[in-house]
Amino acid sequence: MTHCATLKNKVAIVGVGESDIGRVANMTGLGLNAQAAKRALDDAGLKPSDIDGLLTAYSFTEPYFMLGSVLCEYLGIKPRLNASMVVGGASPAVMLKHAAQAIACGQADTILICAGENRATGQTRDEAIAALVAVGHPYFEQPYGTSIPGLYAMIAQRHMHKYGTTREQMAHVAVNTRAHALLHPNAHMKKPCSVEDVLNAKPIADPLGMLDCCLISDAGGAFIVTSAERARDSRAKPVYLQGIGEHHTHEHLLCAPSLTEFGAAESGRIAYAMAGLTPADMDLAQLYDCFSIVPIVEIEELGFCEPGEGGAFFEMGHTRIGGKLPVNTHGGMLSHAHAGAAGGLLGIVEAVRQLRGGLGPRQVEGAEVALVHNEGGILSSHCSLILANDKG
Amino acid sequence: MNQELPPPIANADSLAYWNAARERKLVLRKCRACDTLHFMPRCLCPACWSDQLEWVPSKGMGTVYSFSVIRRAPLPAFAARVPYVTALIELDEGPRMMANVVGENALSVQIGDKVRVTFEDRGNGVLIPQFELVNT
Repeated sequence: MTHCATLKNKVAIVGVGESDIGRVANMTGLGLNAQAAKRALDDAGLKPSDIDGLLTAYSFTEPYFMLGSVLCEYLGIKPRLNASMVVGGASPAVMLKHAAQAIACGQADTILICAGENRATGQTRDEAIAALVAVGHPYFEQPYGTSIPGLYAMIAQRHMHKYGTTREQMAHVAVNTRAHALLHPNAHMKKPCSVEDVLNAKPIADPLGMLDCCLISDAGGAFIVTSAERARDSRAKPVYLQGIGEHHTHEHLLCAPSLTEFGAAESGRIAYAMAGLTPADMDLAQLYDCFSIVPIVEIEELGFCEPGEGGAFFEMGHTRIGGKLPVNTHGGMLSHAHAGAAGGLLGIVEAVRQLRGGLGPRQVEGAEVALVHNEGGILSSHCSLILANDKG
Repeated sequence: MNQELPPPIANADSLAYWNAARERKLVLRKCRACDTLHFMPRCLCPACWSDQLEWVPSKGMGTVYSFSVIRRAPLPAFAARVPYVTALIELDEGPRMMANVVGENALSVQIGDKVRVTFEDRGNGVLIPQFELVNT
């Protein structure tokens, strides 16, 4: 299939919220979701009874089955649409797509999308790392002691081999996001870091060191989607969904068709086509950055530079606020927060905030159109979306 | 040796694979309808969905497609082993599989290196395929 029915300008995001972030020992994972949801609802100027749909993802830290129903119960809402979706880190963008589809065909009016986990305080660091081993194949990867950083490290190694990408270039990705996080009042990381800091950090899985790897945070994020028509009456400036596309090529790295070509090119192509826009039209991008190699792969696949030039693109500073294409203006998962599906969701929250404007030193001047990319698994499942502050 | 490391778990898709490994043989799934070979054994061919499959021997020779040296073990069972090499091996027959590159020069591994299958004892007669560098 080469054509997707359009979802352009059918829905808008009218409220966004993030929980307290970092080590938030006084809150459960459900609590983080609820706090983010309340903030998103307040932002939208809506009341709980306005929500008639809820979509959430998964939790590694809490023992609940049917997380969507559990969250509805916790929030005291009785919606007509509810699901917990597991597409790894791609879940938030995929949930937005499902919400847009449901709203566009009248199955729901206003949908709350949230995700959050207490990964920093709800489990030990060893437990967090052990739990994530489950992303690797249980029978054909895990018996070999694969780790999530180790699987992404193989992608980095192959990129370095094929294109000459360097560890220094990957370090620039981490330094770039850290500089942005320092401008965000709620970011987990509060101290600057240098390329040397990244290169000299504790080695995890060659070529990745500790600072090439995402954070383990307590964090929740939420946003509220409604029809473009209803959005006209919203308290905050609506941000419209102009294009969205998914592509899925594998789950486990041993089944990946390639280690240098992934599904982001196709998910991006669908999103651009739906929006009628090109990479050159994007004022900023919120890319998935669970490991420093990932935004390099994505920035190439999404058409912002040629294959193999992603490392240089970061190294040259094009991705800084004020640069050609500011990337991860909140600090991303490397420096703002990462807690399961909340990581990618907070990229959507930041894109909405940028498109509304008024973020002070963090603001991308004249931001009108933003691309967000979420990926899940080991660059397995991809969803790209384009948001804009008018209907274009 | 290595009895503390997790043994592989056989299931209906993979029982013949692990039984072959016990006899120091590496086998692949082959589709009788379209001749496609696949790793990660399934009950149907992922290329054409035929369920007419057979097991065929692999020569056990391959090339390192990519690798990482793991320095932070994800599970306590692997902590004594660090640093160790995890690698995607592209078998000469085509399919890719995950394994460790083992042997005394394993840490010198590079992409493109030629490797040969070997088998590691995981206790109770269970062997798992591993790869060692071929000296050229």
